[in-house]
Amino acid sequence: MKTSFENIKIQDAFNDEKALITFITGGDPDLGTTKKLIEAIQNAGCDLIEIGIPFSDPIAEGPVIQEADERALSNGCTTDKLFDAIKEVRMSGKVTIPMVFMTYANVVFAYGTEKFMKRCNECGMQGIIIPDIPFEEKREFSEICKKYGVDFISMIAPTSEDRIKMIAKEASGFLYVVSSLGVTGIRSDITTDIDTMIAHVREVSDIPTAVGFGISNKQQAMNMASKSDGAIVGSAIVKLIGEYKKDCVPVVEKYVRNLKQGVDAAKTNSDIEKNLVG
Amino acid sequence: MENKGRFGEYGGQYIPETLMNAVLEVEKAYEFYKNDPEFVAELDDLLKNYAGRPSLLYEAKKMTKDLGGAKIYLKREDLNHTGSHKINNVLGQCLLAKKMGKTRVIAETGAGQHGVATATVAALMGLECEIFMGKIDCERQALNVYRMKLLGAKVNAIETGTGTLKDAVNAAMREWCSRMDDTHYVLGSVMGPHPFPTIVRDFQSVISKEIKQQILEKEGRLPDAVLACVGGGSNAIGAFYEFIEDKEVELYGCEAAGEGADTPRTAATMTTGTIGIFHGMKSIFCQDSDGQIAPVYSISAGLDYPGIGPEHAFLAKEKRAKYVPVTDEEAVEAFEYLSRVEGIIPAIESSHAVAYAIKLAKTMDKDKIIVVNLSGRGDKDVAAIARYRGEKLFD
Repeated sequence: MKTSFENIKIQDAFNDEKALITFITGGDPDLGTTKKLIEAIQNAGCDLIEIGIPFSDPIAEGPVIQEADERALSNGCTTDKLFDAIKEVRMSGKVTIPMVFMTYANVVFAYGTEKFMKRCNECGMQGIIIPDIPFEEKREFSEICKKYGVDFISMIAPTSEDRIKMIAKEASGFLYVVSSLGVTGIRSDITTDIDTMIAHVREVSDIPTAVGFGISNKQQAMNMASKSDGAIVGSAIVKLIGEYKKDCVPVVEKYVRNLKQGVDAAKTNSDIEKNLVG
Repeated sequence: MENKGRFGEYGGQYIPETLMNAVLEVEKAYEFYKNDPEFVAELDDLLKNYAGRPSLLYEAKKMTKDLGGAKIYLKREDLNHTGSHKINNVLGQCLLAKKMGKTRVIAETGAGQHGVATATVAALMGLECEIFMGKIDCERQALNVYRMKLLGAKVNAIETGTGTLKDAVNAAMREWCSRMDDTHYVLGSVMGPHPFPTIVRDFQSVISKEIKQQILEKEGRLPDAVLACVGGGSNAIGAFYEFIEDKEVELYGCEAAGEGADTPRTAATMTTGTIGIFHGMKSIFCQDSDGQIAPVYSISAGLDYPGIGPEHAFLAKEKRAKYVPVTDEEAVEAFEYLSRVEGIIPAIESSHAVAYAIKLAKTMDKDKIIVVNLSGRGDKDVAAIARYRGEKLFD
């Protein structure tokens, strides 16, 4: 049986050149709100959504997402319930942008990596980001991802240096460029030399790149999307969800619309540059 | 490359990309310095003249007579400077940090013994020091918090999660992720990503090297059993390591069962846990079917941890070591017993090993020998045990 979401690809997010990628924690504050949020965020112009599967001890997250994980878990979110919610959203046919999971190794491992990736495929998830799986350990997961058509998304960090090319060469889906040291969270400044990181990637791969960690406003989204193929915004959105709880949907939608303007401006800027060069 | 730092299927390097180069730097430095005669000599000197090694292997004659079974020896790690085995690893890692040009060290701590050891050695070596400790642990080990501050360290009380050792490790890892240029993370147990389980084991294996030499001098033969308490498992691996190839020596890791391994109020990882990936390693963890790490409990802040080092998971799987649960009540009774019978107040962590020794010795013949690793002294626990017994103490 052919499903309506079978042909969705991560690449779809980058066809428009610059992608806005957003993150929400699944089940925060509850799964009903998550389903509404996914649709609203897409309608606000987001190109790809990362759904966090809550974990008790998310070591790569700052306080905002840690608290979201706690809220989701205490409200009864489980891996299976989240899969069901995603499948429902996909079956409705209303959400057609690519979506990926973001969670920790133990969540996938405990579920059974094979079973997990099979369900990703069945529920219409196109990729997975596991921040505690570095290049050295990825084979255990990425081989099974490949089997089920799920992109294993790799990350590069400001400290990666000589590792960037090695990681980029084998990257699939898109390459997650971590903008700053430390954990996720809102930052007033991003001081990393993103241009150099992207240049190293480009020496070995054409894979789309998107910058995340610390981006919280239109201006930052524009700057980061100018340097790469997209901007990822997480904590700033999750913070709004934490503040407005069940009433967060219109607030988040408006906020994402605003971010999208920033990313679109990055696109216009790069078009102008191209024309100037041309 | 993929099997680096593995003990069978356990171990590995499950950490964010941001930390990979820092961990590889530690690995490279350790591989060099462990064979550097100057480093080895410096560390030996510190262990001897600062920590007070070798520690005594004490024959507990009264206890042996009272129990009427196997002859019991206590390896007196409690007599080390700072009062526990933690100093062995900290001296090694801080010296390594200095060689790597680091000026700041961070560490997690449960009972506070590793924090105190790190703060102590940081003071000695002129390193800036910051300790991460769960809020609940700060309360139950208030004396150690003050001790660390006295030694010049900054202590961060961690309020997230269960406010215990697991959360302290999370916080220390997050901190290292944000600052690794000048900072070394002095991991306190045989856990975390490779190379830490190996580095910490090597630095702690001085315990079993000494036990072997001392028991051969005293008895002319190896012991029949070696016992140690196990949380993450650093004193246990230290006490076991030189005996792993001596198959006739039985190895017992005594884990914290809290209110009972059949209750949710337990930290008995090997008894109740399953395989998982957490804190940088594949090992055995207390967790639910969704892989959420369980909120474990033990009276002992040092053993109140939902995981165990990967080499222990391997020794258990290979059936080379046995891991047995010991409840709060049994540990407290052992704490009181050793104080009363031998005039030695053991740490509540070490009391778990003493408790199992009391059971085991009675089942063994008088010509058998067991060695209990007394990993730390119990001064820090006196107030908490008094509370447990319903005594009202005045500050």
